[in-house]
Amino acid sequence: MAQLRFSTIAKYFILVVLAIFFLTPVYVMLVTSLKPLDEVSLNTMWSLPTSLDFSSYTHAFQELAPNFMNSIYLVVPATLLSAVLGAMNGYVLSKWRFKGSEFIFTVMLFGMFIPYQSILIPLIQFLSKVGLYNTIWGLIITHVVYGLPITTLMFRNFYANIPDSMIESAQIDGANFLGVFRHIMLPLSISGFVVVAIWQFTNIWNEFLFAVTITNSDNHPIMVALQNLSGSQIVQWNVQMAGALLAALPTLLVYIILGKFFVRGLLAGSVKG
Amino acid sequence: MEPQLEVKQQTELKRKTRLSKDRAMAVAFLAPSFILILIFIYGFIGWTGWVSVSNWNTLVPDFSFAGLKNYIYLFGDYRFQADLRNTVFFTILFIGLVIILGLGLSILIDQKLKGESIFRNIFLFPMALSFVVTGVVWQWLLNPSTGYNKFLQVFNIQPKWYTDTKILAGFEWGQIEFGLPVAIFAVVIAAVWQMTGFSLAMYLAGLRGIPEELREAARIDGASEFQIYRKVILPILMPITVSVVIIMAHISLKIFDLIYAMTGSGANFVTDVPGVYMFETTFRGNYYANGAAIAIIMLLLVAVFIVPYLISSRRGDQ
Repeated sequence: MAQLRFSTIAKYFILVVLAIFFLTPVYVMLVTSLKPLDEVSLNTMWSLPTSLDFSSYTHAFQELAPNFMNSIYLVVPATLLSAVLGAMNGYVLSKWRFKGSEFIFTVMLFGMFIPYQSILIPLIQFLSKVGLYNTIWGLIITHVVYGLPITTLMFRNFYANIPDSMIESAQIDGANFLGVFRHIMLPLSISGFVVVAIWQFTNIWNEFLFAVTITNSDNHPIMVALQNLSGSQIVQWNVQMAGALLAALPTLLVYIILGKFFVRGLLAGSVKG
Repeated sequence: MEPQLEVKQQTELKRKTRLSKDRAMAVAFLAPSFILILIFIYGFIGWTGWVSVSNWNTLVPDFSFAGLKNYIYLFGDYRFQADLRNTVFFTILFIGLVIILGLGLSILIDQKLKGESIFRNIFLFPMALSFVVTGVVWQWLLNPSTGYNKFLQVFNIQPKWYTDTKILAGFEWGQIEFGLPVAIFAVVIAAVWQMTGFSLAMYLAGLRGIPEELREAARIDGASEFQIYRKVILPILMPITVSVVIIMAHISLKIFDLIYAMTGSGANFVTDVPGVYMFETTFRGNYYANGAAIAIIMLLLVAVFIVPYLISSRRGDQ
């Protein structure tokens, strides 16, 4: 019994120590961002603020607000579009397989893993040609296209769990391809859409490489603006921390509220699902 | 009998034409996405490949054929050699730690302790953050004059973290000193902090899928808890380990934003990686052909891991 209790205490000890380590970045972000400027120093990084001061948030908000909005304008349409296309593809690839459809799926999946550096130069040439370079729409299209593999994968695995018999009986009742999609599949896909939407929302919000290369200053999404904020020598790091927290807030909130769906998306990304 | 048969035949015919119509619709549903993928992924990769063997190393595009000149330049280049060295050590340390921590934590969390969901959420939330946010915060936590070093003062150790230019066990290799760059540890810590949640979630899902009877049977056979994990559970979790290794490997081979936001190239390129070099040489230096060559090398490195994985896992799927 004593042995057992000791091992339980040891387990808790390890978990608590690691949990504290995992939370230190959050602690430092919060504490630093709430300090008035004269308390921000390298020596007192860990100490609590003597009084709460929100001026770093107003400062960071002033700096980042336009870019925050850019990210909203980017993320909402890009997420919706890529979810809808993913659902269409997933429906075909799970319920209407044809000769070669499995091959097509594998060819699509590879796109999920490529380093985007390897398509970046032609992409930028293409976007300039069609007049979408340095526009939010250029970024939207980019994220929709390069999001296709993962959204297709997620919906295909999701739809594979819907029994074929449901579709067959709907077909006997006279439903055609579109009818089955609209009246059988879509009503059953709400949780699928939530998983895919959360996944795309998080990824597109957090993305940096496309954002920094396809847009210039005024059109920069939030993460590029945050990076510029932290790279600038004149901005104090209480403002940087407040900025980091503001930039992280939307995806953190989504995680806190809908964490279960976020984890499902995480697991679905490993091809087999 | 006769008319009935005719009706049957007619409905059958109707069903068939409807089916072939449906099939056409299915292809039409998939076609736009597939065409987009063909152009934006495969076409663009081909185009990048072409740029990588061209002379386009100024602002003005120049598609004249350069042969392998850009590749030869890169492999002889001090910075690129340092990048390859850093990538090797970053990848090994990063994957190793993510696997060990994720597996260890998932086993601890799976012990039916109180508060397991709180622990799970604490280890998982960094997954929801951007590498840029991670980089900005960890740049301060591992800043040699503050952050964790304030605690380490007690033990009288003051690591220089990402500012350290030391190369451990180094030896001359090409232009560079090949060995473990100490500064890489700082970046690895930040990356592990962010990505451990992934392997934790994967392993936890795997552990939850192992039936209790299996452990029970091993216990009856006289196996200790440790033996059960080593001989029964770890082998069952092997496919998950393979998936985690592959997915982490491709993340680590193409990593860019974390390092760009946290340390940049570092003194003497001790924290530089191909992703950062590609970005800077292409978009800050206008060496498009060199940048394209780096990108193609990155793609090939990733493909070595991904293609066999995709093919084998798709085969298992069918």
